[in-house]
Amino acid sequence: MMDTLELLKIYNRYRGDAIVVPGRGGKHWVNISTQPNRDLPLGDPAMGGHASFAMGLALALPQQKIVLFDSDGDIQMGMGILATIAEQQPKNFYHFMLDNECYATTGGQPVPLAKTIAYDVIARACGYPRAYAYDNLETFSINIERILFDPGPVFVALKVKPDIENKPIGSRVKWRKRSQVQVVIDMQKELGIAT
Amino acid sequence: MREDHIVSDAQKAALSPEVVLQEMKKNGVTHVVWLPDSETNWLYLLMKAEPWLTLVGVNREGLAFSTAAGIAAGGKTPLILIQNTGLMESGDSMRGWTLGMNVPVVLMVGYRGWTRHGVNTDTAATYTERFLNAFGIQYYLVEDGADAGRISIAFGEAKKTRRPVAVLVADEYHGFN
Repeated sequence: MMDTLELLKIYNRYRGDAIVVPGRGGKHWVNISTQPNRDLPLGDPAMGGHASFAMGLALALPQQKIVLFDSDGDIQMGMGILATIAEQQPKNFYHFMLDNECYATTGGQPVPLAKTIAYDVIARACGYPRAYAYDNLETFSINIERILFDPGPVFVALKVKPDIENKPIGSRVKWRKRSQVQVVIDMQKELGIAT
Repeated sequence: MREDHIVSDAQKAALSPEVVLQEMKKNGVTHVVWLPDSETNWLYLLMKAEPWLTLVGVNREGLAFSTAAGIAAGGKTPLILIQNTGLMESGDSMRGWTLGMNVPVVLMVGYRGWTRHGVNTDTAATYTERFLNAFGIQYYLVEDGADAGRISIAFGEAKKTRRPVAVLVADEYHGFN
């Protein structure tokens, strides 16, 4: 299993000017990224929606590379979106999934079939032209440049160590520096999108 | 006169899919995020033929709200086309991805079970307006073609308030209720 912080540091070397939706990796990503106006650290607006949000963004911005760090719990909640993404075939969409095998923010309870489910196989069966799975930083770092060079949609399942939180929500450290609304406004300004 | 040529006044006045499509075009819709219901097939065939529209089919209505939020963040204009049953399934997604993110989006909602005489036997209709009221979402009832202008009113209000606004399609494009 990989450390999410180290994994995101490796990705960041190859980011280019991609728009990044860091999902549940956001608390690490906000301290790594050097292009915050091209980031959409949304926290958790409603579980299960990160992939559909990022796909919608990719459809609306076909000239931009959209990179999502989804999670296993989110995917299991809305797995049907994999078929929609495969149908739409957004060539600018790079769908990474952090698989910590549990619901880390609620105390670490396992997701269904945590140890055996093969998300990359599911994505490929849905119609993603490329899907991969990695469980160590060495092979991930060898392959990441090629993954990002080829067109999407691509799905990449990444086994990561869980960052389990067991404190009541109100007493957790707030890692988001901007509101959900503000990060969208900042990205739109960066890209010159009139609303 | 053959029976299949008998058309009631209500059916003549019914909201036609062509009118709905015109309203979409007039209001700059670029993407329709949708899940079919029993009455939208004619509209689907029309939408599919339009090069200015991208159809994004989802398989659970809650995903329509997060999809629409992404499309709107990218500067395009989504429309959500679902049935009231799916609307009720979508509560948390609607809350988090559209209300919470100030997304101006129109929801065209097939009002299953609605009856003009007010006596309904379908709980899908019983709870629809109560559900919208619980979230503080403004809505407009469109019964027939003469009401179609309310669709533009809904778009205007969504843009002005940066919130979702619903259009309840009370006759589901056929005039049978």
